[in-house]
Amino acid sequence: MGAFILRRLAFLVLVLAGMSVITFVLTHVVPGDPARLLAGQHATAEEVRSVSHLYGLDQPLPTQFWIYVGGLLHGDLGMSLTDRRPVMEDLAQFLPASMELTLAAVFLVVVVGLPIGLLAGVRRGQPIDHALRFLTVGGVSMPIFWFGIILQIVFYKQLQLLPIGGRLGILDIEPPQVTGLYLIDTLLDGDLPTFGSALVHLILPASALAAGSIAVVTRMMRASVIEVLDADHVRTARAKGLKGMIVLWRHVFRNALIPTTTVLGLQIGALLAGNVLAEVVFNWPGIGLYAVNAIRNLDYPSIMGVTLVISIIYVFVNLLVDIAYVLLDPRISYGGGRQRA
Amino acid sequence: MSNVAASGPGAEPALSTTAPEVRRKRTVLGRLLVNPLSAAGLILVVFAVFVALAAPMIASYDPITMTPDLRLAPPSFAHWMGTDDGGRDILSRVIFGTRSSLLTAVGILAMASAVGTAIGLAAGYLGGWVDEVLMRVTDMFLAFPALVLAMGMAATLGPSLFNAMLATAVVWWPWYARLVRGQALHLKHEAFVDAARVSGASAFRITVHHILRNCTTPIIVQMSLDIGYAILTLSSLSFIGLGAQPPMPEWGSMVSIGRDYFLEQWWMVTFPGLAIFVSVMAFNLLGDGLQEALSPRLRR
Repeated sequence: MGAFILRRLAFLVLVLAGMSVITFVLTHVVPGDPARLLAGQHATAEEVRSVSHLYGLDQPLPTQFWIYVGGLLHGDLGMSLTDRRPVMEDLAQFLPASMELTLAAVFLVVVVGLPIGLLAGVRRGQPIDHALRFLTVGGVSMPIFWFGIILQIVFYKQLQLLPIGGRLGILDIEPPQVTGLYLIDTLLDGDLPTFGSALVHLILPASALAAGSIAVVTRMMRASVIEVLDADHVRTARAKGLKGMIVLWRHVFRNALIPTTTVLGLQIGALLAGNVLAEVVFNWPGIGLYAVNAIRNLDYPSIMGVTLVISIIYVFVNLLVDIAYVLLDPRISYGGGRQRA
Repeated sequence: MSNVAASGPGAEPALSTTAPEVRRKRTVLGRLLVNPLSAAGLILVVFAVFVALAAPMIASYDPITMTPDLRLAPPSFAHWMGTDDGGRDILSRVIFGTRSSLLTAVGILAMASAVGTAIGLAAGYLGGWVDEVLMRVTDMFLAFPALVLAMGMAATLGPSLFNAMLATAVVWWPWYARLVRGQALHLKHEAFVDAARVSGASAFRITVHHILRNCTTPIIVQMSLDIGYAILTLSSLSFIGLGAQPPMPEWGSMVSIGRDYFLEQWWMVTFPGLAIFVSVMAFNLLGDGLQEALSPRLRR
């Protein structure tokens, strides 16, 4: 197990190095003249030259790369061209909102996707299974941004049940920042009305974001349940007279969870990326909305900062999922350790 | 016994005596049509391709020319899906949008599969350090969440439909590289490849004539599974302003423009979004069906 984690960490270093190369190429090589971009469209040749010198853009590319990597290692992602603040500070400010939205979506995926997948697997071939298959294909085909807008039309415009967007109502006061997650910060502050408001504001964006992942996890869970239902230990459990629900919970659900965990982990990556779309639709002040505003202002350092940060989170989540997979299933060992059958 | 005979090469003479229905099931199309969901997918895909090809003939209005008098008109007999903020017929724009969506999705997959296949073949067939280097680069690209990297890349290249297509292809090729490498690793030890090598065929000839030819089925299955997601990714990039630019009719950018009006003029976002949803679903259903029909393992 230790050797496996060490190897995964070594690969992580390699991946991070690769990421820095890719983002360097994107910011320093692909745009024709990064100095002109930094200086602005209307800058004079003299101004462009001084910006070029200031940011080391007049150095040879390998030197520029080392300056860039040195900056990254110190958490320096450059200056935002929009608000002239360090990109890192901007991201630290906007990341908690994105994390809250992602975690809410993960929660929905788990509490909706797993039971539906179990139901579809147990009722395999029956009308409910066919209906769920249709719904899951629909779920993965749904554009997040469109589904979000349809939810707004239905639940805000027509039914007037839920707010259209944002993290809090206009009259609500932001809780004092502890974690940056409003649901937790409002509880810590003992402010239940604001907690309720934050919760209500989360429902639509989290649902729009989660729909596709719910579909994927449901499909995976269904397939795993079908496989486990055929296994000998389930037949034995039934043969010795255990009640259906106990067999389902103790023998089927828990074993089917193992392969589903990997898919769930991969879905967290999809949710992080999907955040960008959900945040735009629901005006959710996270790094996704920040990235799209940066795109509109051609603010390259900010765009790359977001790309890099989301990717790093994604890589770490994948690492945790791999480790969780080994811990959940004692039969799996990624070399090194002995195989326990 | 009869099952074994039916699936082996010796089954040919028996074909003439089997019922026509059984024969129908043997063709890929037949196997697709047996499953109602795959059949529905196939019909919708054929319809979408027809709409894309015949767009100028079936659209009743020009998709670009503005008619301010007809601005924001709700769906009516004259304009089935209503009109947009420029008075343009939304149905005609959705019809022309089918063209750009399908073309760009095919473009993404063509580029991604060409690059991925070349890299996968080289890695799988040559092995050794070439394989090691190529696969580590592939892993690096796979470590990024696809949409986010495509976003960063499209933003750097500058907002346009072609650049969005290019950016998406750049994040997509690693999947094909992995797939083809796996196939090549397996095929290079087959007897017919050994025979070709012994008879003096060059490495290039072996990879192209013997290995690549036998990789086409999994590549086609993968492309059919991917095309829906390519449409989805591209429309997402257009939605955030990185793909098609106005006034070009493209579904994602139409939804994006409609967002300014969606609470009163719901038709501006609903219909282009529905077009994305239905076409992606059609390709996904067809892809699932093709995978089932072409891969013996999943065949019932």
